[in-house]
Amino acid sequence: MDPAFITPFIASVQNVFSTMMQLPVQLGDPSVKMTPALSYDVSGIIGMSGDVVGNVVISLPMPTALRLVALFTGTEMKAENPDFADAIGELANMISGNAKGMFAGKKRVQISCPSVVIGSNHTVARPKDVPCIVIPATTDCGQFVIEIAVSQRENAQAPAADAAATTNA
Amino acid sequence: MRILLIDDSKTMRNIQKSVLAQLGHTTVEEACDGQDALNKVGAFQPELILVDWNMPNMDGLTFVKNFRQTNKNTPLIMVTTESEKARVIEAIKAGVNNYVIKPFTPDLLSQRITETLAKRAA
Repeated sequence: MDPAFITPFIASVQNVFSTMMQLPVQLGDPSVKMTPALSYDVSGIIGMSGDVVGNVVISLPMPTALRLVALFTGTEMKAENPDFADAIGELANMISGNAKGMFAGKKRVQISCPSVVIGSNHTVARPKDVPCIVIPATTDCGQFVIEIAVSQRENAQAPAADAAATTNA
Repeated sequence: MRILLIDDSKTMRNIQKSVLAQLGHTTVEEACDGQDALNKVGAFQPELILVDWNMPNMDGLTFVKNFRQTNKNTPLIMVTTESEKARVIEAIKAGVNNYVIKPFTPDLLSQRITETLAKRAA
């Protein structure tokens, strides 16, 4: 995977966490996701389309997710609370949205509304032909990972300077 | 002052409500997407609107274009992850008065709300 697709997400995670929660994030070295697949309790999933296709997933163990949601929302809540999934989704949304704005070459990229999976020891499957990069992250709330499985769409071209932006789906 | 918050994330609406409350604004209505907002503006008559871009059913830009067909004056602040210059220009052309990129600090959002309302009053 082109490192240009990874560094925006590293910067974005740090920006989102520091701005919204005043929470520093230490990011480890990216690595290719290997089998057996890593399993998690909570995942926020964002799809990407346009010149860059694939998805980005932030995955957390439940204790970390509970602490982060409490910090983000200002309210402690259980995972069964609908607002818990909403908070995770919004974090995933901001991380992906921020990163999208940093892609070099002015790529046209749309992001989907977030999906959130809550379930002990779940795995997030991906198409076999899309490499997935895992970035471990450590905070005072605990550890989590960001999984990036994106690639440049074939025949993608940089937009003309005066072209209007495409509308969202 | 009547303020309408349009965002599909309840978390984000709560964060914005908290900032508004610190500014002394507590008459707040919420909408979860552009269509929900269009259904509410008639009865609520907002004096300020904060609107997200990426939402299901009807996105924020479409809401802005629809709203501006009949209301040219109510100030609109777009609060979104869309940060590209072309997007900002597109939103301004559609009729937004100010723009906040997520993530944002409470101070930044507060500042943008204050400056938007000051321009409206001028």
